[in-house]
Amino acid sequence: MSSVKKALLETKDLSIGYTGQSIPLFEKQNLALYAGELVCFMGPNGIGKSTLIRTLAGLQKSIEGGIYIHTDNAELRQQIAVVLTEKITTPGMTVEELITFGRYPYLNWNVSLHENDIRIIDEAIDQVNIRNIISKKLYQLSDGQLQMVMIARALAQTTPIILLDEPTAHLDLNNRVEIMRMLRNLARKTNKAILIATHELDLALQTADYIWLAGNQKDIITGIPEDLVLNGSFDDIFRFKGFDLKTGKVKHEVNRARTIQLNGNDSEYLWTRNALERNGFQIVQHNGDTTIKIEQNNNACVWIIGDNRYTSLQGLLKYLCG
Amino acid sequence: MNNNRWLLLPLLLILLFGLNLSLGSVHIPFKEIVTILTGGESSEPIWRDIVWNFRMTKALTCILAGGALALSGLQMQTLFRNALAGPDVLGLSSGASLAVSLIFMSQAAGISFLRTPNPWTVAIAATLGCTGVFLIMLALSKKLLDNVSLLIVGLMIGAGTSSIVSVLQYISRAEEMQTYLIWTFGSLGGLNWTELLVLASVLLLGGSIALGLVKSLNAWMLGDNYAASIGINMKRARFWIILSASILTGGVTAFCGPIAFVGLAVPHLVKFLVKTTNHKILIPTVMIGGSVLMLFCDILSQLPGSTQVLPINAITALIGAPVVIWVIVRHSKMRV
Repeated sequence: MSSVKKALLETKDLSIGYTGQSIPLFEKQNLALYAGELVCFMGPNGIGKSTLIRTLAGLQKSIEGGIYIHTDNAELRQQIAVVLTEKITTPGMTVEELITFGRYPYLNWNVSLHENDIRIIDEAIDQVNIRNIISKKLYQLSDGQLQMVMIARALAQTTPIILLDEPTAHLDLNNRVEIMRMLRNLARKTNKAILIATHELDLALQTADYIWLAGNQKDIITGIPEDLVLNGSFDDIFRFKGFDLKTGKVKHEVNRARTIQLNGNDSEYLWTRNALERNGFQIVQHNGDTTIKIEQNNNACVWIIGDNRYTSLQGLLKYLCG
Repeated sequence: MNNNRWLLLPLLLILLFGLNLSLGSVHIPFKEIVTILTGGESSEPIWRDIVWNFRMTKALTCILAGGALALSGLQMQTLFRNALAGPDVLGLSSGASLAVSLIFMSQAAGISFLRTPNPWTVAIAATLGCTGVFLIMLALSKKLLDNVSLLIVGLMIGAGTSSIVSVLQYISRAEEMQTYLIWTFGSLGGLNWTELLVLASVLLLGGSIALGLVKSLNAWMLGDNYAASIGINMKRARFWIILSASILTGGVTAFCGPIAFVGLAVPHLVKFLVKTTNHKILIPTVMIGGSVLMLFCDILSQLPGSTQVLPINAITALIGAPVVIWVIVRHSKMRV
């Protein structure tokens, strides 16, 4: 990778919003998307994430300012592909037919596919690993599969920039992780600039190269995830109630008098601590009222309090909570 | 096998075309028909006239009108992204009816447009009525974003125009009312060769526009934003789709009257057969499908073995109505 990052898309003093409404959603923003980078765009509902994506994609007019695209392709439709939140209106279409639409910016009125187009569609199918469902109809797919298909369609458009609006909404954890990992790898391998509007705070913090955070003053705060966590930007915007972003955990109220000293290692230690804190115990380093020792042998785990041995956390908690 | 199922349509077309020519109130042996068609002399000179100037024009009208209506229906279903869109549902036929009823019955009301209505004035009136309603729908379609409300508006326009027609009927004379009523039954047999040529040009024009729209029609199925994101100029495409559908519906309604259900039903029947959403394949197959259904309905309306001819609209509704019910049931399964 070269040392100088190449900006594929830049905005200059961009103000966006709905035409006819005098108050813009974002005002005079200077943003950039770089080749090979995954950017997560975060912010509360209704703040204008979808509007910004549509504006960047040229589907909606901006109120003011400019959007500049620096790629080798001439036409906008060969530069930016989108995955939107809206549903495809023809559920009787097959997966393969839908992915073929990715090639439309390159086809004439006759829409006949050339060898090259077929090869690109094939590659897109393999990249998101959906070969097994290509002849299914859209209404037969699960939400996760449908999202993968929409991403494949965007890939088939072979654009240097891809904008995705909430691609992981309504999906289970497994699908969410799969999609985020795949997009991240795509950005790296193919040197694309990828922008994802998302609510998935934990996933975004762990996968994004860069964060755009919709602020309270019609602005967008940008930076790498860790900086924004430590300087409190996330706390300002999201106003977490009982969630400590710096530890990545839900805050628990201590509501039991007994303090516990916990000896153990690795994930066993973490999850034991989690169980105890969830139940209102305070964990201390020294001089706890009770000492619990975690003993591990041959994948089996035993919790020891004095002479009592417990083979499950449930048993341990039953004893402690009495 | 599955890929070649569309071959059934041209085969049916040829079969029904032959059948349509050989059936009628006058019995002509099939051998004689072949002789007449190939330019030979028939044993009865009148048969030649019947075959060429009556049956042939009617069969060709079936083919042209059926193809045009079905193609118009296909485009409207794609445009409105609604399986139940069609020329009659959107109030186009009602617009044409209103215009024609004004021509037929205006004299009684004291506002005379023309002294003697001839087929051409009727045709022009029907086209104008059709286009008028389509322009209203087009203007409203920008305001009403969801297609269900658009369909309801279409039905309301239909209700409005038919109430005006009722008023005109109430104050008009019996003979004029009857002429109008017969027009609303639909007719495929009244065209001469000149009119047939005009109808053919209408189909050629509307069909060519539709073929040029293949890419837009396909992309339309994704929804507005996705279609725009792959380079479709939505405003321009919408204009051309509506123009093509208007020309096709208007032309047929002008010459054959308001023929119901063909435009609505055929695209569904064809999609059931060819299993694709690609308009490059759908446009020609739906056109042939429309011709096939029209020939079939016309054969049924002859009432085999009788000299009576039933109104074509009665037959098309008889076939179309169950199709609509089937579409609704099938779509509720598809979570539309």
